[in-house]
Amino acid sequence: MLIQNGIPTAEDILSVTPSEERFSKGPVAIAECFQKIPCNPCTKACVKKAIRVEPDINETPKVDFDTCNGCGACIARCPGLAIFVVDKTYSETEALVKLPFEFLPIPKEGQLACGLNRSGEELGWFPVVKVISGGKKNMTYTIGLAVPKELAMEVRNIKAGGYQDGR
Amino acid sequence: MRIEQHPILEFDRGEKVTFFFNGQEIDGYTEETIAAALHAAGIRELGHSPELHRPRGLFCAIGNCSSCFMTVDGQPNVRVCVTKVKAGMHVEEQEGKGVIRND
Amino acid sequence: MIREAEVLVIGGGPAGLCAAAAAASLGAKVLVCERDYVPGGQLVKQTHKFFGSEKQYAGDRGIHIGKMLVEEALANPNIEILTEATVLGIYEDGIVTVLHDNKHLKIRSKKTIVTTGASEKFLAFPGNDLPGIYGAGAVQTLMNVAGVKPAERVLMVGAGNIGLIVSYQLMQAGVEVAGIIEAAPRIGGYLVHASKVRRAGVPIRTGYTVKEAYGNGKLEGVIICRLDEKWQQIPGTEEDIPCDTLCLAVGLTPLTELCWQAGCQMAYIRELSGHVPLVNENLETTVPGIYAAGDVSGIEEASSAMVEGRLAGYAAAESLGYEPEKAKELKEAAAAELSELRSGPTGARILAGLEKSASLLAARKGGE
Repeated sequence: MLIQNGIPTAEDILSVTPSEERFSKGPVAIAECFQKIPCNPCTKACVKKAIRVEPDINETPKVDFDTCNGCGACIARCPGLAIFVVDKTYSETEALVKLPFEFLPIPKEGQLACGLNRSGEELGWFPVVKVISGGKKNMTYTIGLAVPKELAMEVRNIKAGGYQDGR
Repeated sequence: MRIEQHPILEFDRGEKVTFFFNGQEIDGYTEETIAAALHAAGIRELGHSPELHRPRGLFCAIGNCSSCFMTVDGQPNVRVCVTKVKAGMHVEEQEGKGVIRND
Repeated sequence: MIREAEVLVIGGGPAGLCAAAAAASLGAKVLVCERDYVPGGQLVKQTHKFFGSEKQYAGDRGIHIGKMLVEEALANPNIEILTEATVLGIYEDGIVTVLHDNKHLKIRSKKTIVTTGASEKFLAFPGNDLPGIYGAGAVQTLMNVAGVKPAERVLMVGAGNIGLIVSYQLMQAGVEVAGIIEAAPRIGGYLVHASKVRRAGVPIRTGYTVKEAYGNGKLEGVIICRLDEKWQQIPGTEEDIPCDTLCLAVGLTPLTELCWQAGCQMAYIRELSGHVPLVNENLETTVPGIYAAGDVSGIEEASSAMVEGRLAGYAAAESLGYEPEKAKELKEAAAAELSELRSGPTGARILAGLEKSASLLAARKGGE
């Protein structure tokens, strides 16, 4: 259970997952934030105002999947590092998972990184497709990882270091 | 060991200087506390307890708990976690409560 | 020689800096006494992004918020900050004594705002005095302020916000975190912090405590064991965790010595994490002219500490006669911000504590 071990359950994840229909339309943000705490920077990060924290700042964020275009601006702004963008239309077999990263070393585009799930278990080595710096003040990187489609809702972190050169 | 690269922080350590710990020369920086410089040199034992002479080190590192008392330039009971390094300082492990100077 | 001050703020952390800025904004002259050699309090160590709303700088890293508050205070002609200045006592004649630069100073302040924050609790177990057993704050000071690697392998005790956040920061400093143990049956800190460390492979084990620490002259390992529902150690559940550092993040206690010494009415309020001074809606204690804001009046968060500091600052300036109408408005806005922060489930405990405090205060008034 999340409150005992910090790992969201399948039910938790389901409650914030968009439909397969929405996934088929392109990238979309998934806010894996399940606890009512006073916090709302995600609402300010989204230029399309697709994330709402209402009626007061203690509510959990709700992403309007139809308004959200999956740009990922929210990823590096969430203080809890709880927002991810999943693009199941990335290729025939792969989905692009964008996740926040704050460790050294930062991988380089083209390298392979070890993808981890929510329990920190290793799921395999996946290509790092995009590395976006958060800038001098934010400093949270956004890493885009190409994973097999069936792992799109599993890969949520990479192991820091040990990156392999891509083929 | 000092952290050379950090994902969020940059460190302004000040100037590099040397000071003495139990007579041994140690590297430190002028913006570091004595406790931090000793820690960076791998020294965690800062003194011994008054009755049972058990080894003592830091606890709070912010000046609250008195666990880090050492004798600095002859002055006892100095909280080294909130005292900055100065070139040529003599820092000694303190046995127990230390003796307050009369001068 | 006695130095005069209109508003004296004791403690230059988030609550104190905000109190100073607030009082100064209404025209009061403020002197801040800070014990450490830099102001900023706990903010100087917080590399993570803060929660709350824009008004509490949500999304900004604690270190940047701290830097901004300090810079603003230093640039403010109405505020003076004395560092390496330890306040020793607050006396009935309004004199406050301070140790600064090896001299014993006397300050006569019209209003005094106590924002001395909190200190870390300790745990009793065999071997708890071995070098290498640190408060979580100590580890933060070493790695985030001094840039010194605090350990090779750490076991963290406590899964409140501090235990979770410091574990994450340890990993950022290149330290291996063997795990986080928590005596309670559930994680006490924000679950998003827990999820961050969990997906980096750090196990969080609830219902465990430290049985003993061992090592020859320094920490070499810790024996943990399970607790039953009555918080008793269960024999036979011991596990050996080798580590060179044990971090205790088992709660904070308000640093209230000055409040006790000044004669403020104190009360033990569990929900506020210990003995706290009773304060009214202006955050004024039962000693007229002495205010208390931030963790010293109840362990909470940096965001609420900042707003409480503001509230106390406006109240102190108002009581000196500075812009009474504006002060009233600003106080009300600050109070509304606090209510908003505390209106969710995480604020329930604080509100319960504040209610107790208010009724104790009312009973005291009734008894007069």
